[in-house]
Amino acid sequence: MNENPMVPDLALPEEPAERSLSGVADFGRVVTPGEIDVSHGTILYLEDVTVSFDGFRALNALTLSIDVGELRCIIGPNGAGKTTMMDVITGKTEPDSGKVFLGQTIDLTRMNEPSIARAGIGRKFQKPTVFEQHPVWENLELAMKADKGWWASLRARLDRQAQARIEETLELIHLESEARRLAGELSHGQKQRLEIGMLLMQQPALLLLDEPAAGMTDDETMQLAELLNHLRGTCSMMVVEHDMEFVAALSGEAGKVTVMAEGRVLAHGTLDEVKRDETVIESYLGR
Amino acid sequence: MTSATSSASVTTSGSGTPPDTGRATQSGFALGLPPRPALLTRPAWIALIALIIAIGLGVPLSALVLPETSAFHLSAYMMTLTGKFMCYAIAALALDLVWGYCGILSLGHALFFALGGYAIGMYLMRSIGHQGVYQSDLPDFMVFLNWHALPWYWEGTQHLWYALVLVVMVPAVIAWVFGFFTFRSRVKGVYLSIITQAMTFAAMLLFYRNETGFGGNNGFTDFKTIGSFPITHPGTRTALFLITFAVLVLAFLGARAIVTSKLGRVVTGVRDGETRLMFLGYSPLGYKLFIWTVSAILCGIAGALYVPQVGIINPGEMSPGNSIEMAIWVAVGGRGTLIGPIIGAFAVNGAKSFFTANFPEYWLFFLGLIFVLVPLLLPHGIMGLVELAMRRRKRS
Repeated sequence: MNENPMVPDLALPEEPAERSLSGVADFGRVVTPGEIDVSHGTILYLEDVTVSFDGFRALNALTLSIDVGELRCIIGPNGAGKTTMMDVITGKTEPDSGKVFLGQTIDLTRMNEPSIARAGIGRKFQKPTVFEQHPVWENLELAMKADKGWWASLRARLDRQAQARIEETLELIHLESEARRLAGELSHGQKQRLEIGMLLMQQPALLLLDEPAAGMTDDETMQLAELLNHLRGTCSMMVVEHDMEFVAALSGEAGKVTVMAEGRVLAHGTLDEVKRDETVIESYLGR
Repeated sequence: MTSATSSASVTTSGSGTPPDTGRATQSGFALGLPPRPALLTRPAWIALIALIIAIGLGVPLSALVLPETSAFHLSAYMMTLTGKFMCYAIAALALDLVWGYCGILSLGHALFFALGGYAIGMYLMRSIGHQGVYQSDLPDFMVFLNWHALPWYWEGTQHLWYALVLVVMVPAVIAWVFGFFTFRSRVKGVYLSIITQAMTFAAMLLFYRNETGFGGNNGFTDFKTIGSFPITHPGTRTALFLITFAVLVLAFLGARAIVTSKLGRVVTGVRDGETRLMFLGYSPLGYKLFIWTVSAILCGIAGALYVPQVGIINPGEMSPGNSIEMAIWVAVGGRGTLIGPIIGAFAVNGAKSFFTANFPEYWLFFLGLIFVLVPLLLPHGIMGLVELAMRRRKRS
């Protein structure tokens, strides 16, 4: 524990994780509003989150946490509540009960979608959603981390630095030659890459990817896995996916995989571990 | 072709290079974009300046200097008609900002147009002074209603500057308040269109009442002077015409500055993917309010230029039909372009003048036909046709 309130706290990963449960900064710590406090090594924390639609419990006391820098894969059958969970994290759906915290101090249940996005959570939708009437580079420009108020936008100029960042991202997602084309003219796989590029322009602390490989060819899927692996370390990621090969490519030997079913966590461990888990086999993988 | 080369480079860069936040792939690729896109292209600037010179010199010359017998003389009728069309064009431009660029189909813009007209109309009524039928300080309709003093909201309207402030502020405040509550409640699409329609209809009923203090169903008319100039004098008419033209040009350039800014790109993003935009960290409310309020102000100014030229304003201007006609001008010209609504306003109103003069009973059928056929055959309006022709020429 940092005893001196005048010295800003540095990350102390050796601290026991139990202390983070309250979500409120421990006494004496300097809290900087809007800055994600990951001093306990956790970037996202959900506790007992319940969401019901007309009596149906889409999420049933879901408890889950993601470590800083982790690439977590989440699998589960249809209707397991994966997309609902993303909706809760990004502010689209308000949970009936439970806690959702970004870092130690940011309570996401009290925020709306734009402010959660500005706090550092990027979300990729299942269907690629890009601005089809805008050229590729403008899509990236719109996504770029900047003051997102209307007045700032009215006065905004595309400076060299911003342009360099757009160029860099275009190279990373390999769309340099498409930069001036309308995003609507891109192929499905290119749109997926563009959307990931847009998320990167946001410089998020946490990326949520909802079935990013859906509708992609096998080659495109493996390229995407490589791109995500390449990003490992720059931000934390949570990937919801059905495709087991893609999950295997992402999580590798040691990566953690969470299996969800009926709105709660069924199993948690490496891919091999969960594949051997009896309950998982019963409810999801099939005998 | 491009996907093949890009897939090859993914496999080489993905597995081999260390994760270095993408800088490893730096190969000197440059976009080479200007900090802000040019307001207009060079040929467009030249065309615009040529048009300004032609109108600025030609109109006073042909209206005031040339004798009425000359073939090039611009008659008072033609000048008023064109002046009216330019006011409509400004209103169409305003509607296009919200509909074409932000996806908000307002069927209530006639309200803002009429409010601007009523604001300047109050001044014009006051400047009639003792020249009215009853030779009273009060406007005639108030004498007729047996009123003995001006209502409080008429205070100060004898000053032109104050009336001009009202022209801008009344539509702005009403639009902002209306927009704040509807946009904040995330009302969109047809629901919003219906509410805007209801808004202008309610305002029309309010203005029809004599007690509201705006002349009831007769509205304001019989204007005598504006400033110290007699309103029907050819010189005054020419000046009003040129002012309207100047406002149209400025409105076009201002709208162009807005839509080419980053704000303009965000606003189009609201139109195409509001959810995506919200998850990128933009709060659409501020953007919608800005474009909505600017549009209302522009529409109010158009109305204020319209009233002294046509010499009358009454609640009929707020009728739902007028708002729908505005949407037709924009749709015919091509929404989402700035030149389109201007062309559309001239084309539809030109046709209207022609039909109402020659086949008055068929005008509404023709209008209905446009309303049905344009979205079916010309989804991008006249400008869509122009673009198609230009693309064909490029290809061949």
